Amino acid sequence: MPTSSTDNLILNRRSRWSRFRANRLAVAGLIVFVSILLIVIVTLPWTVHWYNVQSLDHAVRATPTAHPAVPYQAFNNALQDSRLISWPGLSRFIWQATSWMGHDDLGRSLFHRILPATLLSLIIGGCAAFVAVVLGSTWGATAALLGGRVDAVMMRMVDVLYSLPYILTVILMKVALTRPLSSLFDGHAIPANLLILVLAIGSVSWLTLARVVRGQVLSLRKQPFVEAARANGASTLYLLRHHILPNVAGPIVVYATLVVPQAILQESFLSFLGIGVQQPIPSLGRLAADGVEAVNAFVGFWWLIAFPCSALVVTLIALNFMGDGIRDALDPKSSQAPMI
Amino acid sequence: MIRPLARRLVWALTTLIVVYVITFVMVVMVPGNPFQQSDRSMPIEVEHALRARYSMDNNWLYFWEFLGGAVRLDFGPSFTYNDWTCTQIVSQALPISAMIGVLAILFAVLVGVPLGVISAARRNSWLDVSIVSGVLIGISLPTFVSGVVLLTVFAVAWPILPIGGWGTIKHLPLPVITLSLPFIAYICRLTRSAMLDVLGSDYIRTALAKGVSPHQVIWTHALKVAFLPVLSYLGPATAQAVTGSFVVEKVFGVPGMGQHFVNAALNADAGLIMSTVLVFSVLLIFLNLAIDVLYAWLDPRIGLTI
Repeated sequence: MPTSSTDNLILNRRSRWSRFRANRLAVAGLIVFVSILLIVIVTLPWTVHWYNVQSLDHAVRATPTAHPAVPYQAFNNALQDSRLISWPGLSRFIWQATSWMGHDDLGRSLFHRILPATLLSLIIGGCAAFVAVVLGSTWGATAALLGGRVDAVMMRMVDVLYSLPYILTVILMKVALTRPLSSLFDGHAIPANLLILVLAIGSVSWLTLARVVRGQVLSLRKQPFVEAARANGASTLYLLRHHILPNVAGPIVVYATLVVPQAILQESFLSFLGIGVQQPIPSLGRLAADGVEAVNAFVGFWWLIAFPCSALVVTLIALNFMGDGIRDALDPKSSQAPMI
Repeated sequence: MIRPLARRLVWALTTLIVVYVITFVMVVMVPGNPFQQSDRSMPIEVEHALRARYSMDNNWLYFWEFLGGAVRLDFGPSFTYNDWTCTQIVSQALPISAMIGVLAILFAVLVGVPLGVISAARRNSWLDVSIVSGVLIGISLPTFVSGVVLLTVFAVAWPILPIGGWGTIKHLPLPVITLSLPFIAYICRLTRSAMLDVLGSDYIRTALAKGVSPHQVIWTHALKVAFLPVLSYLGPATAQAVTGSFVVEKVFGVPGMGQHFVNAALNADAGLIMSTVLVFSVLLIFLNLAIDVLYAWLDPRIGLTI
């Protein structure tokens, strides 16, 4: 029965969405992720003023008994300064709702550090994944399209890069990029630092994608519809734009959603080493690593490790559940085995 | 069999040399001065003398000198750990990391493969859903979090194991389990998806139709094939685990190899960077080669290709 290609596409899209919806874990991940994203974006106008406000009178002491609440007066002052809320009733409500997470060794409200930290981690993860996707798919597609000796050399380079220890490469990339980029951004240490982080993480995460994209493009080139288009006189560029790229988009999207949590994890690892996001800017990894250090020094500040780590783990799990669901939805082959 | 093996060996050596060249170029290009890391800076004349002593004033000479030494397993001096040669550092740290790493990989296979098989055999049951969720949590959990949690539970709250250090058998369980968690997750995931593929194939249906018990079909007929992707993952995983994890070593105070990867890079310690990279690459390349040979032996259809 002949069907036009658009019909097929719509049918496909519907069945993909229904497959995704059938995966309860993936839907839960999507819901959690969207709510996290909404919360951190909506609260950004407040948290951006509040995340670094210190009240040293209420900083955690060496022997804490219970985690101290954020002092209302300091909180209210900062809110008034930010000129976003001028109604005391609302600010008292926000204070009551947010002080349960306690605050850190400089008396900064942990709640108001975790919210922008989550957004920053997501941005770092997203940008690093973008860098990895651009690098990896360009590399893989170029290798597959040029073919022959160029292909062999390009893929051997990927093999060689695979056999470098990954941790060392990230650190060396970070160190190598720091000087040129810092001078480029002179005076703006924070954006330079973030860009360096994103480039360093992205530039080590593209290898697998290059292999995946190359394999996909190679198999697509031999598909009858591509050969038919070629026989009709389509140019390579036309083939790439109209036939190859739309069909490789699926695996790329799948891989990208799985690179984001990996990149966030890597940023947390770099923060653990002390070369991630620099103080006072919070990222989830930075907060978790700080918490781990505080707990190692004086056991007892449980909230410094419990809340940032929970935020990090919940975000990563939501992303991973979602990515898994997207992969299953786009690649139904993996879930067609009969039950025993 | 012999000719492809020889070709693979040549390719392995070529890769190794290219890895060395790339590392050398990175080490030379990356800013940072191993001689001026401590707070007490040395006079510039002393630094020049030291650079001349180690042929570091001439990159080309240093390139050949280090390569010549590395062939004889002499990696030269470390520039940050005074009085230590890189060979001494590696030969002291590698056995410790290797012990933890091998145990962690063994543990990961013993736990991850059965979990994956059960998960695939009972697809969509509550058991499968909880195993898949557990796997995703394992992938999402940073090692420094799981390590600290384990430490808090088993060394502080319920002190049955030492809080850190190295030397007795009691120091082993916590680092091994912490290191194995992400590997368990990946192995379980690989086994599950490979099992799902295999369970859909004709020979499984035939075996079931002939009356072989489902139990036997799953654990012998299917697992034999489904284990192959896990096997190819074990090459890079073992190389990574055996060369140590910075986080695990820092959390549990283990004097292993992982810290040297990080510290060498942070201190721009040229000799130590190249030694650690070479150790890792040799392990990775030859483990991969060994696994490919094993693969070709287990599944003769595949054979050894370059």
